[in-house]
Amino acid sequence: MKASRNALYGGLLLLPAAVLLWTFTYQPIVTTFIDSLYSTPRGRRPAAFIGFDQYETMFADPVFWKAMLNNFIYAFATIPLSMAMALAMALLVNSKLRGQAAVRMAYFTPTILPMVAVANIWLFFYAPDYGLVDRVLQLFGLGGQNFLGQPDTALAALIVITIWKEAGFFMIFYLAALQQISPTLMEAASLEGASFWQTLRRVTIPLLMPTTLFISVNAVIGAFRLVDHIVVMTKGAPDNATTLLLFYIYQVGFGYWDTGYAAALTMVLLVILAVIALVQFGYVDKRIHYR
Amino acid sequence: MSGIRVENLVKVWGAFRALDDVSFETGDSEFVALLGPSGCGKSTTLRLIAGLEFATSGRISIAGRDVTGLASSKRNLSMVFQSYALFPHMTVAGNIVFGLSVRGVSKAEQRERLARVVDLLGLSQLLDRRPSELSGGQQQRVALGRALIAETPVCLLDEPLSNLDAQLRSEMRNEIRSLQQRLGIAMVFVTHDQTEAMSMADRIILMRAGKVEQSGLPHEFYERPATTFAARFIGTPPMNVLDLAPGADGLVIEGGAGPAVLPAGSIPLQLGLRPEQVTFASAGQPAVVETTEYFGADTITACRIGRQRLMVRAPGRPGLKAGDAVHLAWETSVQHFFHKESGLRCEIDPAAPAKKTRVAETTPQ
Ligand SMILES: Nc1ncnc2c1ncn2[C@@H]1O[C@H](COP(=O)(O)OP(=O)(O)OP(=O)(O)O)[C@@H](O)[C@H]1O
Ligand SMILES: [Mg+2]
Repeated sequence: MKASRNALYGGLLLLPAAVLLWTFTYQPIVTTFIDSLYSTPRGRRPAAFIGFDQYETMFADPVFWKAMLNNFIYAFATIPLSMAMALAMALLVNSKLRGQAAVRMAYFTPTILPMVAVANIWLFFYAPDYGLVDRVLQLFGLGGQNFLGQPDTALAALIVITIWKEAGFFMIFYLAALQQISPTLMEAASLEGASFWQTLRRVTIPLLMPTTLFISVNAVIGAFRLVDHIVVMTKGAPDNATTLLLFYIYQVGFGYWDTGYAAALTMVLLVILAVIALVQFGYVDKRIHYR
Repeated sequence: MSGIRVENLVKVWGAFRALDDVSFETGDSEFVALLGPSGCGKSTTLRLIAGLEFATSGRISIAGRDVTGLASSKRNLSMVFQSYALFPHMTVAGNIVFGLSVRGVSKAEQRERLARVVDLLGLSQLLDRRPSELSGGQQQRVALGRALIAETPVCLLDEPLSNLDAQLRSEMRNEIRSLQQRLGIAMVFVTHDQTEAMSMADRIILMRAGKVEQSGLPHEFYERPATTFAARFIGTPPMNVLDLAPGADGLVIEGGAGPAVLPAGSIPLQLGLRPEQVTFASAGQPAVVETTEYFGADTITACRIGRQRLMVRAPGRPGLKAGDAVHLAWETSVQHFFHKESGLRCEIDPAAPAKKTRVAETTPQ
């Protein structure tokens, strides 16, 4: 009697959160999956059940594969680089440094700017002939580059922006984690004769592993989720060189209004993110020492 | 030669002088206790010796070598931190050999030295555990192991026993002391527990508010405390320090009706008496019993003389109760005299005429 009452109260307490989670997370996933099994309704022709046809189309779609490839290049370039920079910056601003607060501020500023504003700033930086980057290159006789217009530099140009923006954000997490590490541990390491690099490799980085995991999950999700700067800067051009998965979904769904196909693409994105999260929390987590 | 020599050490933080002209010297392979109340600068002194902090002025030399400006890793010493400072992500073995491995000692030698240290400390069952899976005493032994494996001639310990319970504490005391003697290394041991210092140390350095109050051998602290502070810091219960006042035929204990302690003199004085050297007698200094505390082997009785309080530690059960009128007696040879204002020890022969009374040359340190 009492147990069932407890279960009732427990259930009631969980209900608000569960309702929200279901309505805005799981229900859309289920609906998206169902939609992906139907054709896109056009005019008076309603959606018809077509099984996995959308997925077959997808595997034959070169733009999809291009978007996937771009996205993986984008993720594997931005994540390690921005995290390494974040750690370096955090170590720097965590040391006893003159003007520490100002440097922290400077590093964090890109993060608080809206992505659309950042994209516009960088549009100017990258502008051919009069843009900042091109001006500098002109000094070395390498001017006249249209970074965002050339297929072989466009993605790299976006990657640089993302690193510039994300590193400051990740730095805050590393900084908070560094400040949690007891200074006596560092003193013990230095007393034992460990150099800066030995201390970093054998003490600091292992102790930061939980933070690294947390940041990398966020970074991966970010890498598959970011579209604002593509919409503002390149719209996937030139020749789909900067089309990332989510941008392609956006284009298919709201540009071509092919909602059935967009639903199928969304399912793929979801599966990719779910697999990455599972690997990170299931496998990597077990190998990290939590205090 | 592995002695530590500290000369005129000053450490200032902002306007706060944490250490004010501290000097002392320790002998070869001595066990030195750095004793004092909380906040007196013990840890600061130790950290300066270790090179974790740098002195505002003054010199530190270890084994005859000036190390004042040297980085801690170059000072050839090891340290056990107050909080142990074990690396939480490493196993016990990893923690102990950390110093050897960063210094590039070969794997074979690491294993051999690890086996020796682990044997010494009885940690062989725990090598694969992480610090969070160890008890406080075990963690403490790991920290000690990490310090000992370096085989440095000097080992610094900052209150390593403060987190342990009474039982484990006395076990570890003996263990550390016998290790130090077996290895023949010098140890500097910070503590605020006087019994720990008295029972373990070859030499005690008593600090107070950033200065050395007295430095010497344990029996000197007991027999000839240099100041009332030192007198009150050593002993359980601590020494009774009573004000003296002019009486009928000399100085008497203020508020008391007892016989004169000293012929009348000019400087205001205090009398120091160790509780265990005062006895209940049929005649002597009258006093009233206030409370008694029974400990089995002995009883500590608090007595009142006028407005002053005095503890007596007598063997067995004297069978007194609150309100009883008693007489206290003691040998004149166990009396200590202190200058009332400065608290400094005065060497006085009670039998000699009053004018010979003088403040002793035993200024602090
Ligand atoms: N980094 C610091 N900045 C300013 N003041 C400090 C600093 N470190 C210590 N102090 C001050 O110096 C004094 C001595 O500190 P210390 O840690 O040496 O005391 P301690 O004798 O070890 O005390 P405890 O027995 O409580 O450990 C204290 O008053 C403390 O507040
Ligand atoms: Mg301390």
